[in-house]
Amino acid sequence: MNMGIDFLILMKQEWAVIAILFILLFIKVGSKDRTNENILNLVNVLLLLNLIGGFFGYKDGMLFNEMFKTNHLIVMEKNILSLGTYIIALQSSSWLKNNKHVLEFYLLLLSTLLGMFFMISAGNLLMFFLGLELSSIPLAALSNFDLEKRKSSEAAFKFIISSAFSSGLLLLGISLIYGTTGSLNFSAISEHLHGGPLQIFAFILLISGFAFKISAVPFHLWTADVYEGSPVTVTSYFSVISKGSVLFVFLTVLYTVFKPYGVTWNNILFVLSVLTMIIGNLFAIRQNNLKRFLAFSSVAQIGFILIGITGATQAGSASVVYFVLIYSFSNLGAFGVISLVSALTGKENIEDYKAFYKTNPMLSWVLAVSLFSLAGIPPTAGFFGKFFLLMAGAGHGNYILVTIAALNMVVSLYYYLNIVKAIFMDSNENPIKKLMIPASPKLALIICSTGIVLTGVIGYVYDYIYSMSIGF
Amino acid sequence: MNEISITQILFVSTALFFIGMYGLFTRRNMITMLMAIELILNSVNINFVAFNKYLYPDKLDGVFFAIFVITIAAAEAALAIAIIINLYRSHQSIDVEDANELKY
Repeated sequence: MNMGIDFLILMKQEWAVIAILFILLFIKVGSKDRTNENILNLVNVLLLLNLIGGFFGYKDGMLFNEMFKTNHLIVMEKNILSLGTYIIALQSSSWLKNNKHVLEFYLLLLSTLLGMFFMISAGNLLMFFLGLELSSIPLAALSNFDLEKRKSSEAAFKFIISSAFSSGLLLLGISLIYGTTGSLNFSAISEHLHGGPLQIFAFILLISGFAFKISAVPFHLWTADVYEGSPVTVTSYFSVISKGSVLFVFLTVLYTVFKPYGVTWNNILFVLSVLTMIIGNLFAIRQNNLKRFLAFSSVAQIGFILIGITGATQAGSASVVYFVLIYSFSNLGAFGVISLVSALTGKENIEDYKAFYKTNPMLSWVLAVSLFSLAGIPPTAGFFGKFFLLMAGAGHGNYILVTIAALNMVVSLYYYLNIVKAIFMDSNENPIKKLMIPASPKLALIICSTGIVLTGVIGYVYDYIYSMSIGF
Repeated sequence: MNEISITQILFVSTALFFIGMYGLFTRRNMITMLMAIELILNSVNINFVAFNKYLYPDKLDGVFFAIFVITIAAAEAALAIAIIINLYRSHQSIDVEDANELKY
């Protein structure tokens, strides 16, 4: 009896997502006379309930012979992902209003969310792999959601091939780890790590599989293409939720399972992070398409996050989770404006945004604040996020890395401010006309800007995350 | 006749992995690239089953992993073929060189 209740409470967020999936499936099979408006409202309410429900009934524990584990930090991470999904659902309504496949969109989206939840909670490499695949296969279908657009199918093909290849690398790594340790359970693996050459090779393959998913630099080539080709809503999902979830798992795997390899992965992450920051920044400078620009800027942000991971302390893990929270607010704020403009006018280039302030002052302010937060300018939350990341890195003594990061922040400031300049100062003969903002995207933008302003100023948020974080 | 040792099996699986990798990087036909990916995944399956049989025969972890990998590979192939069919409708070709609108 007690076991049954544990089973329900520990997996509460998974159950909630599964319930929403089933409700949507029944609607799909059932009546045909529902308007898109009704469905969108229903989905938004359900996702809001899912988000609120996540904050109740915290409980630590394990299920299914350590296959599924949960604790306060994991529940918090899942709540961040639910929040991001709710914001994306609000933003996508103006794009989905006239689409006849609304339900399919949400079915795919929530399947990936379910996969991410299982991946974050995984205590076993099999569970982890299944969660990862459940979260990446439907994403390929989502990136092809504009069925008649040439770019969309090209992006989807690139994504499915590169994600399948990266799963291949990851699987080879997992199989060699299984061969050298004899187990798939995380706790059993960390007891059997002995540092043999085959095991180190397997570990490097595992890290490259992860680096593919978070698009750290030698493995970033798919990112910009997939981001540009996919519909804007899906792009924001890629860059925030999908990346954030893999980062959370990366953190857990490195800090708990591969703790004995601390020195090895510190060196690997050093190289990855320097390359990621420099190349991401240099490529971001020369982009014209805003989605492509944000793709490279998100690659550069991953470099900063990797610095936080090299910290290898409780502060390191706390700063990464904190930064992902802030990053989702700021990136979703920027993508919210872009998806609104793209859905209503179809314009996505930086030139089109010249003199955007004259016609749409409110949207311009939201975009500007989000870009400031991404660049890390003090009053916004992005500054505090990057500050804690660099502090965690410096705490470990990686002063070279922190110096390179500080120099890169100057470069990134250049291209973020370039867009702000285009919006506020440049003139334009035919600017984007004044847009009517529908209610739900407006709510999403308000949530994002409030988050950007308040998450940094209220110190309680960081303390709360810190108190739950895993030590090293 | 001698017993086949694990080294020989691992040699086969590693060869298969790199043949798949080579095929993925050199072939320009999308379906062939998909086949190369299947080779990679199947080489991993051989690894799992061999490790399970030779090194850890008391538990069935590796065999179960192999079954799940086969399932996932099937799902991945189904979705990739659907995407390729959709891409063929708009590009009239399944050569990757023709899908070249997204660059730099």
